[in-house]
Amino acid sequence: MTAMATETDRRMVPAVDRAPSSWGLGDGQAIPWEYAPAPESADIVTIKERYGLFIDGREVAASDGGVFATVNPATEGILAHVAKATAADADKAVKAARRAQTRRWGNLSGKERAKYLFRIARILQERSREFAVLESMDSGKPIKESRDVDVPLAAAHFWYYAGWADKLDYAFPGRVARPLGVAAQIIPWNFPLLMLSWKIAPALAAGNTVVLKPASTTPLSALLFADVCRQADLPPGVVNIVTGPGEIGMSLVTHPGIDKVAFTGSTEIGKRIARGVAGTDKALTLELGGKAANIVFDDAPLDQAVEGIVNGIYFNQGEVCCAGSRLLAQESIVEPLIAKLKDRLATIRVGDPLDKNTDVGAINSKSQLEKITELVASGVAEGAELYQPACELPDRGYFFRPTLFTNVAQSHRIAREEIFGPVLSVLTFRTPDEAVEKANNTVYGLSAGIWTDKGSRILEMVGKMRAGVVWANTFNRFDPTSPFGGYKESGFGREGGLHGLLAYVRLEDR
Amino acid sequence: MATPDRRKPSPARSGRSRAIAGRAGSAAAAAVPARLEVRKTYKLYIGGAFPRTESGRSYLVSAADGTPLANACRASRKDLRDAVRAARKAFPDWSGKAAMNRGQVLYRVAELMEGRREQFAAEVSVAEGLAPAAARVVVDRAIDRWVWYAGWADKIGQVLGSSNPVAAPYFNFTIPEPTGVVGVVAPETSSLLGLVSRLAPPLVTGNTVVLIASERRPLPAVTLTEVLATSDVPGGVVNVLTGRKAELIPVLAAHSDVDALDTWGVPDELRLETEQSAAEDIKRLLRRPTTVNEARFDWLNDRIAERPEWIAAFLEMKTVWHPIGG
Repeated sequence: MTAMATETDRRMVPAVDRAPSSWGLGDGQAIPWEYAPAPESADIVTIKERYGLFIDGREVAASDGGVFATVNPATEGILAHVAKATAADADKAVKAARRAQTRRWGNLSGKERAKYLFRIARILQERSREFAVLESMDSGKPIKESRDVDVPLAAAHFWYYAGWADKLDYAFPGRVARPLGVAAQIIPWNFPLLMLSWKIAPALAAGNTVVLKPASTTPLSALLFADVCRQADLPPGVVNIVTGPGEIGMSLVTHPGIDKVAFTGSTEIGKRIARGVAGTDKALTLELGGKAANIVFDDAPLDQAVEGIVNGIYFNQGEVCCAGSRLLAQESIVEPLIAKLKDRLATIRVGDPLDKNTDVGAINSKSQLEKITELVASGVAEGAELYQPACELPDRGYFFRPTLFTNVAQSHRIAREEIFGPVLSVLTFRTPDEAVEKANNTVYGLSAGIWTDKGSRILEMVGKMRAGVVWANTFNRFDPTSPFGGYKESGFGREGGLHGLLAYVRLEDR
Repeated sequence: MATPDRRKPSPARSGRSRAIAGRAGSAAAAAVPARLEVRKTYKLYIGGAFPRTESGRSYLVSAADGTPLANACRASRKDLRDAVRAARKAFPDWSGKAAMNRGQVLYRVAELMEGRREQFAAEVSVAEGLAPAAARVVVDRAIDRWVWYAGWADKIGQVLGSSNPVAAPYFNFTIPEPTGVVGVVAPETSSLLGLVSRLAPPLVTGNTVVLIASERRPLPAVTLTEVLATSDVPGGVVNVLTGRKAELIPVLAAHSDVDALDTWGVPDELRLETEQSAAEDIKRLLRRPTTVNEARFDWLNDRIAERPEWIAAFLEMKTVWHPIGG
């Protein structure tokens, strides 16, 4: 059933430097070989000392000249200074977007819009390594992931939605799809370029123009994307990018010139944004936090499940809204599963994001590292059992060991709160009903994983999960054609696929 | 908009049923009747039962011409919470029914309404000040609207679901599922047709509903609950409260076990507060556009009043990834 998944997963397994117990050398014993460093060259990227805002097709300084530093979380060194937008800049960007929408982009034929988006997709592919390196430097994610996941998926997203631009008449039966107008889009720091593509591609395909605010710790790939827009000859004002703190996002949300707000980020900020659009006609989509259950039944192929669990929670340092942060293991297999998991953790390589062998890179920021540290301390204080592999961490930078908690109760903070770090909480269950009960016992509902060999059980569990994405015998898969989004306090609206297009159109009668 | 001709209803001409005959002091009651009519007590509808409000309060409901009609329950915060509990309890069974079965159950509501056409027409005529003929048009349309929505039960999944051609060896599909407990604030003006047009869309896919009826014109809603109670719609699937909107809406909007709100009938002055409150737990909102005047919306126009989008507003899309290959 899962040969392909296994094959895919196997590529992610690095050679071990500590022996799994199954090798008979003893738990966690060092194997006498070491990896040579395999650094990706940073030469391909030219990082400027200063970056301006991207408004109306031009790079401009903030109205008050303000800047802020963006830091490489793996070195704590400053990468660049970036313009810190003011409310006046946000207003300028919204007005530029409105002009572009009414005078140019909104009237352009779908065919022409499609060609611009195809161009952007192609340029992203052409400059993919440049983006991957820059993304890893600014965000701390391993080059392996930025190179193989983030950037290719971002390009694929533009490619997919490009083809919709001239086929809107076929998308929604009985309805004419009109653009909403100007979209304010606020994106997080965990997948900066990928989230940009999830936001901008469907918006532009449907004839909207956008003002995008990247996260303040990861502005650089968005600002490099501004250069892609210029290379693609995208008309000025169609894409505007304003960098700065969260208040700039809120000034966009509450700006009267905005027709649509799309936000990806924490549930807490999502609620503020929902309050911000209350009483207006602004359309809203929210992609918020999660606390996904990854459910392993006793008939699951365990080695494969271990790979899925590792991919589920340690991918991108666990800084993933749909991360499988709660492992629900059936009691009869808990012991062998945890043993295998600990073996596997011993082989995870934490370190330099630009090293091609690195599995877990740097935590995105100091404040995020502090949050993870605080929540892990709460896990210990509340009585859960902590396990961390004995890996060495770099001297500088924001790093955190892959962490596994056993003996976790549902009431523990580490079982309830989104940690957004490489921290797995293991809970157990006896019956499928208990698994359902525990999996759904959260305010979130973004994703879930199910590991079992039995197809009918998969489909039954699928039906009972109150979650927007369910992975069966796999985890953390993404595709531009596949709708993604949450139930409950994980938000509403979908990104990806035809459903993602719906979030950027107004349906009118034919 | 089609504006039915209005005229002052009188008991004789509107042909309204005895159940809502005028109270003492009205023209009809002034004469000594040959037989004293048996009046109906208008109650709440919660969990399939007809309780009076636990608060013991009522308010006087009048006809469009000001004639007093009846005392309706003035539901309390606690009644609303009871209704939400009943709706939550009914959700697994209702959402778990086969789609075609749910469609048949809702179709039967239309069948039973058909049997009460005259009663509904009389009530709507009095409540909305419509001439009998115009009221009959409204009632017939309300029945037809049930039929239209009932038919969507086993089709909406095919229209809104998808299989997604992902670039990896997975079978990937997206299916709609009901959101859960939906709070519906019914239109204030259109007491039956507007109500049905808001109630049917969340119901047809398996959501359960707590509905706040029109404050000034609640009696047709109460009569509809009598239809629901004698249909095959399980108790708790629809719960109907009458009372003061300003008192009930904030409780509904703030209730953390309500997953979504249809705010169509929320008065403009409560809109901001309601939506802010709903933001606290990321409730899904179906909002009446600020440009649409509730009292002027043309519920008789099928083109604008029958919308699959209103069904979709109370659906969650679930995407499933399943590996392909042995």
